[in-house]
Amino acid sequence: MSKQNTQNPPLTLETIGLTKRFGGLRAVGNVNLKIKKGELAGLIGPNGAGKTTAFNLITGLYKPTEGEILFQGESIVGPEPFEITRMGIGRTFQNIRLFSNLTVLDNVRIAYHPHAGYSLFDGIARTPNYYAKEKELTEKTQEFLAIFGLEKLQNEVAKNLPYGEQRRVEIARALACNPRLLLLDEPAAGMNPKEIVELMDLIHLIHDRFDLTILLIEHQMRVVMGICQHITVLDFGEVIAEGTPKDIQENERVVEAYLGKGAGHAA
Amino acid sequence: MQQAASKTTPPTISHRPPLAWIGQGFLLLLAALAVFVIVKNMIDNPPLFIQMVISGLQLGFVYALIALGYTMVYGIVKLINFAHGDVFMVGAFISFYSVAKFNLHQWPAMVFPGMDGLLVTIIGTTTVILISMVICMALAVTIERVAYKPLRDAPRIAALITAIGVSFFLEFFGALNFVFSPRFIPYQRPFDVVAWYIKDGIYQVQPGQAPPEGAITFSNIVLIIMIASILVQIFLQFLVRKTKIGVAMRATSYDKQAARLMGINVDQVISFTFAIGAAFAALGGVLYAIAYSSIWTQLGILPGLKAFVAAVLGGIGSIPGAFVGALIMGQAEAMTMGYISTPMRDAVAFSILIIVLLVRPTGIFGEPEKEKA
Amino acid sequence: MDTFFLVASLVKIIAILAYIYGLLWVMGHANRWVKIGGIVLAFAVVQLALTPFGDFQILTAFDQGLLYQACAMTMVALGLNLIYGFNGQFSLGQWGFYGIGAYCAADITYRWINGDSRGLIVVAFGVVLVALAIWGIGKFLSRYRGIPVMSSFTLYLLGTVAAAAVAVFIGNALQPLLQPALGTPENPGWLNSEIALQVVFFLAVILAGAFAAIVSFLFGLPVLTLGSDYFGIATLGFTIVINTLMINSDTILPFPEMKGGRGMIGIPKLTTWFWAFAFMVLVIIVMRNFIHSSTGRTVMSVREDETAARAMGIDIAGTKLLSFVVGSLFAGLAGGVYAHYIGFLSPGTFDFLVGFNPLIIVVFGGLGSMSGTVAASFGWIFFLEGLLRVILSQMGTEAPTWRFVLYPIALLLLMLLRPQGLLGNTEWGFLKAKVIPLKVEK
Repeated sequence: MSKQNTQNPPLTLETIGLTKRFGGLRAVGNVNLKIKKGELAGLIGPNGAGKTTAFNLITGLYKPTEGEILFQGESIVGPEPFEITRMGIGRTFQNIRLFSNLTVLDNVRIAYHPHAGYSLFDGIARTPNYYAKEKELTEKTQEFLAIFGLEKLQNEVAKNLPYGEQRRVEIARALACNPRLLLLDEPAAGMNPKEIVELMDLIHLIHDRFDLTILLIEHQMRVVMGICQHITVLDFGEVIAEGTPKDIQENERVVEAYLGKGAGHAA
Repeated sequence: MQQAASKTTPPTISHRPPLAWIGQGFLLLLAALAVFVIVKNMIDNPPLFIQMVISGLQLGFVYALIALGYTMVYGIVKLINFAHGDVFMVGAFISFYSVAKFNLHQWPAMVFPGMDGLLVTIIGTTTVILISMVICMALAVTIERVAYKPLRDAPRIAALITAIGVSFFLEFFGALNFVFSPRFIPYQRPFDVVAWYIKDGIYQVQPGQAPPEGAITFSNIVLIIMIASILVQIFLQFLVRKTKIGVAMRATSYDKQAARLMGINVDQVISFTFAIGAAFAALGGVLYAIAYSSIWTQLGILPGLKAFVAAVLGGIGSIPGAFVGALIMGQAEAMTMGYISTPMRDAVAFSILIIVLLVRPTGIFGEPEKEKA
Repeated sequence: MDTFFLVASLVKIIAILAYIYGLLWVMGHANRWVKIGGIVLAFAVVQLALTPFGDFQILTAFDQGLLYQACAMTMVALGLNLIYGFNGQFSLGQWGFYGIGAYCAADITYRWINGDSRGLIVVAFGVVLVALAIWGIGKFLSRYRGIPVMSSFTLYLLGTVAAAAVAVFIGNALQPLLQPALGTPENPGWLNSEIALQVVFFLAVILAGAFAAIVSFLFGLPVLTLGSDYFGIATLGFTIVINTLMINSDTILPFPEMKGGRGMIGIPKLTTWFWAFAFMVLVIIVMRNFIHSSTGRTVMSVREDETAARAMGIDIAGTKLLSFVVGSLFAGLAGGVYAHYIGFLSPGTFDFLVGFNPLIIVVFGGLGSMSGTVAASFGWIFFLEGLLRVILSQMGTEAPTWRFVLYPIALLLLMLLRPQGLLGNTEWGFLKAKVIPLKVEK
């Protein structure tokens, strides 16, 4: 079903007929996503529509029952989640999953582990290479934290931080993995209006600065409509609409899905 | 640009993991080997094989009684109750004191002299078993309230470590001289074990006489164990499906919070589950002691662990699974004792655990993959 | 009861804890000479206390035994601290690896002093060849993504068996050549001289650790994928199976010198305070360097949140396996030290019930604290095994049983009142993590 892409810009992420069943329940059915390189895309839908399941499928936590997932043209069905991350997909979680008992600095330093530059042997024997690379790694992390304004919090234990800051650390941490595609799962959850504005600015900032493709799940419509260039709507696991924010707002089926039958006519 | 949902069927793309055949081949080889050995022995010496099967049934049905407690408790509070095997041991000891010290297995004869001997034994033995069951039920509920309930919201490991602690406590407190003493105690049976052998007909084995070569022997205790275990299974199925408390148990095991919101007294349901499991473990303890005739404070450790393996094998949380798993464990142990060597039987039991966990961690009747929150 | 004895014992325990604190403090000192000098001093002080001056000796032979046990237990407990405390994997298998290490090291030296080099040769070549095989197979498998664990396990198992077979062959081939130099117990050759034996002992302990590590690699590879609860039970099963193999070491396994259930005797008592101290300090250093490195951070991240760690590109299975192998290595080393202190081995020592001791120690000391583990290990051995045993034995023959009644009660109270253990997450001296200063803008 995918068109020839010779004239179109390359797709960072494409799912073809993605389906996931849990026993008798079909969480995601025949979903075709097309996310272009550099796009800021949104994935919305009522609760239980299958959005987080779709994320879990993309990042390899679940294996699809049917269908295919292509990242930069390559199939990512099969590899382990950590391999998929190393291929360039980062994500945050609906319920913030920081390493609670570790410091902010450690939380982000872990992202650099695959590229630490020293082996376990270096670490145990405390070779000069270890000291050099560890210092480099730490400084890179500190600089990274500074981008997000988190540098003063580096030695705070993650679980002691206020919610908004935890969310920022989580995003920073995901970015430290140097992804090409970033998946944000309800980043605005639990935030007050001021924090939401800050978040939207942050997302714009990282989108520009890190040359990222971003796919975001969100319930807060002002975030979705405010920053997304392209939106896909799921309901009961299926795609019911996609397009620009304006298209989606005017789509009857979408309004019905959120507000119930009959509401579509009022839109 | 708006598009209607695509109605074409998704392409079937094969996503088989690479080199899967190596691992699968290896497992198939092991399975084939096991089947070959069993079938060969079956053909070489049928009466011996059938004898093994009977020993296996004796073990398996007792394990089934213990496994029920493990699987029900795990299903409802996700705790591996290490102390369960020791409740089994306590049941055996209580019945010993009932019989040896208080002669309770013969109490109808003292109250109704002239009652038929068999009837006296039946009523007396049943009383002895019931006393064990009641005391063990009380013990289990006490343990639950004192040791497990306070830790219900703590990390699972804390409850597990506590369960281990309770298990140790029961074993070693029991080993104190003023309690059960650390010695092996020859068990005094409430009724005599009668054996028959089958060879050209069924004959009773006379005391002092050995059954002839190639005969298959079985005893009344094997039959009693089988019948008791099957009756318990039927009772449980009825309880779980057809009674209010059964529904409450199932609801609580699916979602404690939701059950609470529906008005179910979750604490009571949990205590009840522990009690029922303990009752059957006690029954198992008495029957085991009658069958194997000596008891000691660490009696429950290995049968308890094997029953746990059985519960995992059948699918932890599944009651019919525990039953089937236990029968399989019994057979495996008997075959190992007969065809390999007695010391290896524990090793085989735990090897089964490891293999099951690798091949099918949810067990035979286990539930398939659940959606991650 | 003798008040003097009671008071002296309590003073002794406090002194021991102060000693540990001091040792860790000195090891963590910034100045390199203080570090080295301090460690040597720590060694010397105890060595002096153990040396008899005529009839007088500050620490008795009984104390010496306790010291060795404490060092061994510290190593085992630190291994469990790594696997469970830092990596979050509940394992009941440490004692099994402790036993494997003990029997392995004992077999090597026992055979050596009886003129049989095959123990050392086979294990040495075996370890090297198996390591090569595992490395090679690992390289081969890294070309694929998403291999099912049973397949990789089968390949590693086959590789190990093949390498072991080659090692046995080499051992059998070299034995006749080395036999004359080894001599017999009555007439030892130069390979059985004092110095040679020290070398053999050192190798035996190291190889025992490596052997335990290899077994843990093979066992852990498939089993670590099971998830916490099941993994714990599987390790319990492992300890029981190993114990069964020990009891049948002369029947099912071809090791008549181990004498199965009757226990192995005649192990040369080569453990000295020097070796016990050296191995223990080595393990402490390796553990601390491991934890305070990038790999150590990933180990902790797996404990904190597996899903998040996966999303950061951390190989969960690999990290768990690494922790498990290193932890088992420590246990194997400890076993070697223990076997050569006590001179005989009995399967009853490695019974799975006794195997709960390291777990209690680690939980008691504080799961997230290496210092807590070290302190609790020494405290356990000296207080419970030493002092309490003496007190209770004066109270009647039932005392040993009373110990096991009190342990669980103490454990229960601990779980209810202070589940984070005595030291929680705090560390002493050398084991403390350096606080990274904030980067100052220039």
